[in-house]
Amino acid sequence: MIRFVLTRFGLLIPTFIGVTLLTFALIRLVPGDPIELLVGERAISPERHAMYRAQLGLDKPLPVQYGIYISDVLSGNLGRSIVTKTPVLEEFAALFPATIELSVCAIVFAIVIGLPLGVLAAVKRGSVLDYATMGVSLTGYSMPIFWWALLLILLFSVQLGWTPVSGRISVMYYIEPVTGFMLIDTLLSDEPEAFWSALRHLVLPAIALGTIPLAVIARMTRSSMLEVLGEDYIRTARAEGLAPLRVVGLHALRNALIPVITVIGLAVGVLFAGAILTETIFSWPGVGKWLVESVRRRDYPVLQGGVLLVASVVMGVNLIVDLLYGLINPRIRHRR
Amino acid sequence: MSDGRPSEPPVVAEVMADGKFGAPSPMPASAPPHPLAEFWAYFSVNRGPVIGLTVIVILVVVAVLAPWLAPHPPNEQYREAFLAPPFWATGGSLTFPLGTDDVGRDILSRILFGARVSLSIGFLVVALALTSGIALGLVAGFFRGPIEIAIMRLMDVMLALPSLLLAIVIVAILGPSLINAAMAVVIVQLPHFVRLARAAVITEMSRDYVTASRVSGAGPLRLMLITILPNCMAPLIVQATLGFSTAVLDLAALGFLGMGAQPPTPEWGTMLANALQFIQRAWWVVTFPGLAILVTVLAFNLLGDGLRDALDPKLKR
Repeated sequence: MIRFVLTRFGLLIPTFIGVTLLTFALIRLVPGDPIELLVGERAISPERHAMYRAQLGLDKPLPVQYGIYISDVLSGNLGRSIVTKTPVLEEFAALFPATIELSVCAIVFAIVIGLPLGVLAAVKRGSVLDYATMGVSLTGYSMPIFWWALLLILLFSVQLGWTPVSGRISVMYYIEPVTGFMLIDTLLSDEPEAFWSALRHLVLPAIALGTIPLAVIARMTRSSMLEVLGEDYIRTARAEGLAPLRVVGLHALRNALIPVITVIGLAVGVLFAGAILTETIFSWPGVGKWLVESVRRRDYPVLQGGVLLVASVVMGVNLIVDLLYGLINPRIRHRR
Repeated sequence: MSDGRPSEPPVVAEVMADGKFGAPSPMPASAPPHPLAEFWAYFSVNRGPVIGLTVIVILVVVAVLAPWLAPHPPNEQYREAFLAPPFWATGGSLTFPLGTDDVGRDILSRILFGARVSLSIGFLVVALALTSGIALGLVAGFFRGPIEIAIMRLMDVMLALPSLLLAIVIVAILGPSLINAAMAVVIVQLPHFVRLARAAVITEMSRDYVTASRVSGAGPLRLMLITILPNCMAPLIVQATLGFSTAVLDLAALGFLGMGAQPPTPEWGTMLANALQFIQRAWWVVTFPGLAILVTVLAFNLLGDGLRDALDPKLKR
């Protein structure tokens, strides 16, 4: 097992180096002079310009610049935002919990709805419910989520007035950030209404973001379940007179879940791409919105650092999924 | 639209019917059907893919005929009709069947012209991603060794970033425009084609017919392009169809974020970019462009699923 962990980890190193090369190149490829970006459009003397260049290390050869960049990255220095002058890592750390909270709620929504739908569709194969599930799943999978989010706002916020349109919590409340997760922080605070406010802000973004994973999970569960239900051991279990619910719920589902878990794990990248759009629409103060704004403001250090951090998180989660998969399925672990 | 397994292959059914009723058959029952006929037989078993194909044909016709079908020029601003509702709502008229946007442009005309943008750019994206993906995948799978490692590591780096984020980074470098967004989507899609092509090439390389061809003196180019490539196309065609739907989605998403097609281009995603501010007053500005995206993406996904089932030899009996 240790060998397996080490090989998988080792495979990540070239990818990580590749990503750093990409982010290193990013700031040198964007249009415009980096000094001008930093000091604004006002004219500065050539001497000052040269001084700034030397200060930033831009006068050194590219390989040396890359070496400096790598050692900065590894010591946690990802530069400062041009706009706010705050260190990029600090901004990321402040915003990341909001993105995690949204993503976790979205995936929970997707599993809670998608898994039972997939199981029911497989058990009642060929029924109206099956066709409805497959139709919903295909539509959900094809959904442009920025439009879906607008439709949800149109129905639930504008027409019915049930939920707020943007933000994480009503401005009436000031919640001390303890964990950074609004749902937990409001529960820790002494205002019970604040929790409901946070929850109502969270519902629509979570549904919008969870729709594509829901479609994928429902579809995957159904096909995996159909395969398992055709196995001999299920027929044996049925023949032994076990209750249908027990056969489906215990014997079949347990084995059908393995591919589903992989799909859920691999949804992290998809989820983040969706978070960029969802956060922008709902003004959710997370990493996705932050990155989109950094492009609009031409705040390239933020984009550079943010991309590297997001890529690292995605790679880390994929590694964990991979390892967990090896843990539950020994055939993966011992394959050479 | 079930799980795609043809419950009874119609080719077999026809042959059986012929035998049973003794009807004159156009060809002997033992002759294999033409590959295209066989493909259509498997493809048309399910309703979904056929519906998808029909919708795509309609979309293409609409895109080609947009200047004649559209009631108004797409960028013409009618100052007397800002945010006019669609014809069935109170205050609406048939002059603007689906209403107008905030500067008085006809939404129906913009959607019809938007089909041109989405389909042509989608086609461009898939064609570029497919050809360059095949080229890289063929080289990686055929030559193996360091060149394969270099190509596949590069693809791993591209896959480490969430697709939309990578596209945004590329647009940040190139600058926001429709063509730059298309280039970004090509790069985002490339790894999928490269991986599929490489895997297919490696499988085919170990087959006897390739060895036979090599022994008969076929050069590497002939082996790659004429012997191996045609047998690798099935998964790539499926991926190309599904890639078309992601291309339409990603281009619309970039347009929505202001990083793709720039106003006043009638692009479906761009049309939604500032729709949020009219959501209280004019639901039609929000609804129709997104519906066009959904229908297009759905059609290509249906087609892709159908192609996968029809081209997958494992599902054939």
